Amino acid sequence: MSHIQLDDLRKRFGDVEAVRGIDLEIEKGEFLVLVGPSGCGKSTTLRMLAGLEDISEGELRIADERVNGVAPKNRNVAMVFQNYALYPHMTAAENMKFGMKSAGDYGDDEIERRLDRAADILDIPELMERKPGELSGGERQRVAIGRALVREPEVFLLDEPLSNLDAKLRVQMRAELLKLHQELQTTTVYVTHDQTEAMTLGDRVAVLDAGQLQQVAEPQELYDFPANRFVAEFIGNPAMNLVPVDVVEDGGEVRAEHEGFSVGLPDQAGLDDAVGQSAHFGIRPEDVSLAGNLPADAPTHEITVSVTEPLGESLLMHCDVGGDEIQVKAEPRAEIRPGDDIEVGFDEERLHLFDQSGDAVYHSTSATPKTSEAPLTE
Amino acid sequence: MATNTESTAATARPELSDYLSDDLVIHGLLVFSIVLMGLPLILAVVMSTQTPSEVYEVTNVGIGSQGLANYQTALGEYNLGQYMWNSFVMASIIVVGKVALSLLAALALVYYRFPYERAVFMFILLTLLLPVPVRIVPLFQLMADLGWANSMLSITGPYIASATAVFLFRQHFMSIPASLVDNARLDGVGPFTFLVKVLIPMSKGMIAGVSVITFIYAWNQYLWPLVVISAQEKQVVQVGIRYLQGASQSGLTQWGLIMAGAVLALIPPLLVLVVLHRPLLKTFAIQQK
Repeated sequence: MSHIQLDDLRKRFGDVEAVRGIDLEIEKGEFLVLVGPSGCGKSTTLRMLAGLEDISEGELRIADERVNGVAPKNRNVAMVFQNYALYPHMTAAENMKFGMKSAGDYGDDEIERRLDRAADILDIPELMERKPGELSGGERQRVAIGRALVREPEVFLLDEPLSNLDAKLRVQMRAELLKLHQELQTTTVYVTHDQTEAMTLGDRVAVLDAGQLQQVAEPQELYDFPANRFVAEFIGNPAMNLVPVDVVEDGGEVRAEHEGFSVGLPDQAGLDDAVGQSAHFGIRPEDVSLAGNLPADAPTHEITVSVTEPLGESLLMHCDVGGDEIQVKAEPRAEIRPGDDIEVGFDEERLHLFDQSGDAVYHSTSATPKTSEAPLTE
Repeated sequence: MATNTESTAATARPELSDYLSDDLVIHGLLVFSIVLMGLPLILAVVMSTQTPSEVYEVTNVGIGSQGLANYQTALGEYNLGQYMWNSFVMASIIVVGKVALSLLAALALVYYRFPYERAVFMFILLTLLLPVPVRIVPLFQLMADLGWANSMLSITGPYIASATAVFLFRQHFMSIPASLVDNARLDGVGPFTFLVKVLIPMSKGMIAGVSVITFIYAWNQYLWPLVVISAQEKQVVQVGIRYLQGASQSGLTQWGLIMAGAVLALIPPLLVLVVLHRPLLKTFAIQQK
């Protein structure tokens, strides 16, 4: 049975509908990441889960109990905020105790026990007597997480908790959050705009755009089987290349025809329906290889390099093919200059087609998605 | 290159203007303006030690023959100590009342959604256009009707509601991150606990600043107490100084005595200012934001 259930959840601010009907089920102990660009309604959704925003329409159930209109403190949830939300005049220990003391339901011994445990888990006993002003960003976030821990909630809600940290610390805290979740196995909903965080942390990832769920799936599946153009472009860095093509049948073989190239499409589900249509052809920069690395008989296409960006571990090239731009990730130290014409081949297992409305109609891989949730249409 | 070196050498030669540098002129101006501003105060202190005839000798700017006798007379014969105590009680009540009321009003304005919130705030600001002196006649009537005339209530009550303080606290509360409130709601912390345990400790500087301004403002009230308080023993110090003016010695106004009273009346607000000047400066810094 699912732990948190969102049923056609909606939120209106005046005339603006920020969240436009979200259906989602979150399992007990699951780490679910809500990811999307700014203003997609992910934080509003989280705040509705917490009870900080009223629900305009729809139903929210936590532990099989309808909680629309239930006060935040009675939902047994704890939240961690982007800016930590620590009280500056209290020490770390006081900050962590404040909520429990105010609730008044806990004895002093119980509070101390939980405090010590949280401090041990987060490895911060030596910080307990310091005030937030004397802590670094990472330490503050640890205290904020500790404050959520002492409440021993049923659900953790995290609102972009790593966004205020510098890049190195973010990677470190990300790993620690994962470890923490493995230890505690508390249901967690995590909001972020960073697709890397979403991919690395989530058991499942829910991609939101314009107040609607685009796809909910495990990270690898989001990457391999994006349900629509938005997910295809949002997940993965650099984004998937999308170019307009015509899908034609030519002597028993279906091909994607573009001014700059023509690719044979392996026979997989959805291909027959695409024939005769114009569509968007998608391929990730890392699925394009230089011809030199391919078997001699593999089909190749000529493209012109316009810009090169050495990333250290690879070389990212912006290339021109038949008037459209595609990005190609090649091995580092390749002797390629802007203006060069190069031969590349596409990985046959990693081709995608999206129809005119943006929904995915075809993935060339022979693997099948584990969970089959129909792409959501308006 | 050679010409360059020559010209540098030429400009490096010391001239008179180097000694009379800009700094000197600026410092001169600054010293002059400080003396100008401090002069009334210095003269008041000097005159408070003089006899009336010494005061009228314009060239006599030294310490007078009276020493501290004028102070003794003011405090003893003219009961200035009593007036100062009355002023102190009045100012303290106004400070506590104003800060408490303004904190509650700002709490309501910032953390509660109610209809016409903005209009209510605008209305509060509008009261700035109607300071106490403008309202003296209706206020006097009101005090008489309430039976408050000639009492401590009448000189404190009208000052307790303050648009300025509400505005300052509102701006300060708005600068506190909303997530602190969210977190308090998740913890089930009530609004009053939040005010006492979070907002007030986080607003210490602002509260101190508002208290200083309010204390000095209340201490300096003259017209309203003069109108509404009729019993001399209940009067405040600013009016008490006016009483000193009534005293005359062989037709001469006792300027020495008056100055002694004025200097005495100056001491309490000065002490408050010296003790709390840091939070006061902070308050004004926030206003500039």
